[in-house]
Amino acid sequence: MTHSRRFAETRRRPVARVTDSANSQRPPSTIQPVTPFRTRASVSAGRLTAWLSRSAGLGKGAVIGGRITLALDPKALRRVGRDRTVVLVTGTNGKTTTALMITKALEALAEVAANSDGANMPDGVLAALAARPEAPYAVLEVDETYVPWVADQLNPAVLVLLNLSRDQLDRVGEVRSTERELRKAIGNHPETTIVANSDDILVASAATEAGKRIWVGTGRRWTGDSTACPRCDGLIDHVKDHWSCACGLARPEPAWTLDGDLVRTPGGRHVDLDLRLPGDANRANAAFALAAAHRLGVPPHTAAARLRTITDIGGRYRTIRRSRHSVRLMLAKNPAGWVETLRVLDEDTPVVVAVNAQEADGRDLSWLWDVHFERLRGRQVVVTGERCADLAVRLCYAEVAHWAEPDPVAAIDALPPGGVELVANYTAFRDLVGRLPGA
Amino acid sequence: MPESTVHIGLLLPEVLGTYGDSGNAQVLCRRLRWRGFDAEVVPVGLGEPVPSTLDMYLLGGGEDGAQALAAAHLRKHRRALTPDAVVFGVCAGLQVLGTRFRGLDGVDHDGLGLLDVTTEPGERRAVAELVATSPEPLGPLTGFENHLGISKLGADSEPLGHVVRGTGNGDGTEGAVTGHVAGTYLHGPALARNPALADLLLAWAAGHPLPPLELPEVDRLRVERLTATRRRRTS
Ligand SMILES: [Zn+2]
Repeated sequence: MTHSRRFAETRRRPVARVTDSANSQRPPSTIQPVTPFRTRASVSAGRLTAWLSRSAGLGKGAVIGGRITLALDPKALRRVGRDRTVVLVTGTNGKTTTALMITKALEALAEVAANSDGANMPDGVLAALAARPEAPYAVLEVDETYVPWVADQLNPAVLVLLNLSRDQLDRVGEVRSTERELRKAIGNHPETTIVANSDDILVASAATEAGKRIWVGTGRRWTGDSTACPRCDGLIDHVKDHWSCACGLARPEPAWTLDGDLVRTPGGRHVDLDLRLPGDANRANAAFALAAAHRLGVPPHTAAARLRTITDIGGRYRTIRRSRHSVRLMLAKNPAGWVETLRVLDEDTPVVVAVNAQEADGRDLSWLWDVHFERLRGRQVVVTGERCADLAVRLCYAEVAHWAEPDPVAAIDALPPGGVELVANYTAFRDLVGRLPGA
Repeated sequence: MPESTVHIGLLLPEVLGTYGDSGNAQVLCRRLRWRGFDAEVVPVGLGEPVPSTLDMYLLGGGEDGAQALAAAHLRKHRRALTPDAVVFGVCAGLQVLGTRFRGLDGVDHDGLGLLDVTTEPGERRAVAELVATSPEPLGPLTGFENHLGISKLGADSEPLGHVVRGTGNGDGTEGAVTGHVAGTYLHGPALARNPALADLLLAWAAGHPLPPLELPEVDRLRVERLTATRRRRTS
């Protein structure tokens, strides 16, 4: 272990300090970073396992390592996360991207610990903190359902709440209980600043009574789930951008807003995003990142410039070159994600759509009918993946000409030479990336 | 069909649309158009009156609170659903078409009474592929189910089929039919996976059977789903 006095010396403080008590209660250089022996021992054991699993080709070593550490010492997360400025990022879609954006922005200030591999359960969070024991900042994406527990351990300075929609159809109802749990957790952390989406009814419900909140308005993007009011089960009234319920729950006025490629700051200035990542969903993620980073002292223009260095998210949006094709890889994990992804597809490029229905994807494919696949009309489309037969029926009724090839690599190779846009759901994406050299 | 355009009512899609339910309307609409009929989907929102002039009325699935909201609205417009209207309900839609359903909070709600069905919450949520047998013209029915409800059929309704795999109504039967009103726990959506059921509803609306429609994609999906569930059952 290399923890030592160096910790205090190498640790740079933010240029602009946040003046809330959650941060000011920590004087910059008086902290003795004494990690209890038990945590140190278990972190080492966890690291060893991570290395072993990586060498054995087991894949996500970070997660396995973290799991063992938590089993050895349940308080490890609290200890490893102590004395850091922690940002948690949660929501159904955009966690990994937004967390990476905030990480990039905060790196203007100092070293940042981050779980940029997308391992967003407690063990992945722990592994990320253990890997950078001296980083004064941590930006951690956390699965929605684990936020209450992780927040209790880490006392985050900022919690970014992006959106809440159903991840899987066979988990209907869960998103509402997730909202209630988040609302409770937010109530338990009055010192945490909540950066929240004013256009997402469930998010607004969870964050409305937060001690400190910064609303970000990025437009209504997905309306499939928030049909009745999360507070009273009443009918939500929508008038243009505004929404409200008779019980009093209503759209909060956002301090930050996204307008095309511009983000308007609370000071009324406009920041041009000009991202390398495609689509409105990523511009929305950037607006949240600017707001969160600003809270911790990074000026919006500085942050935006740093976001422009991001070209892919863990392989997503990345273009890989094969002998005859260059394939842009896109992951769409749930209905809301599919809607966004179909919007960013290049118009003149053939499309491969891959769908599985493993446990991690959700067994129920009804959502295929909520996605406007009609957008693919007139293009060359190949359906692939374990459930390409379901997709073929959906495209048939959408009157989208297509052909089916269950094997995704063969599906790519069946297309004429040139560019390919590939959209896949979770396990289809994972399996494909594993099979494409250079992906 | 007497009028030139067939109007397919999609009832309260904002609260009864959890399981890709608008897909059922789309399937009916396309199956009509491909056979040369004019057809259009007419969404009817919460707060709007239900027109009595539509040829078919579809109700989809929804969560508990949404279902109560939908039932309250539809009860007010119950008379729009005339005896010769074709009505099809899925999941929560099936329960709303029944005489009574009990919510998770133990509160009883009146349904529309178009099906002789009462529903109470069961002990476990049924979340899985559902397969049922049904005599011709339907044949095997396949779909996905996700519900807590246990539905009992009274003397005035017949089941749509008998469960081979999954839960369905909870007593070995699946769905319910009274006249030209049908309900099912199959989603996926049901009519995409079960073209014979779609055509039965269309035949009711037309007053006569429609010419066959060959869709190899649909046949392939049916074979795949029916063999996949059979394989899992025997393994
Ligand atoms: Zn309300």
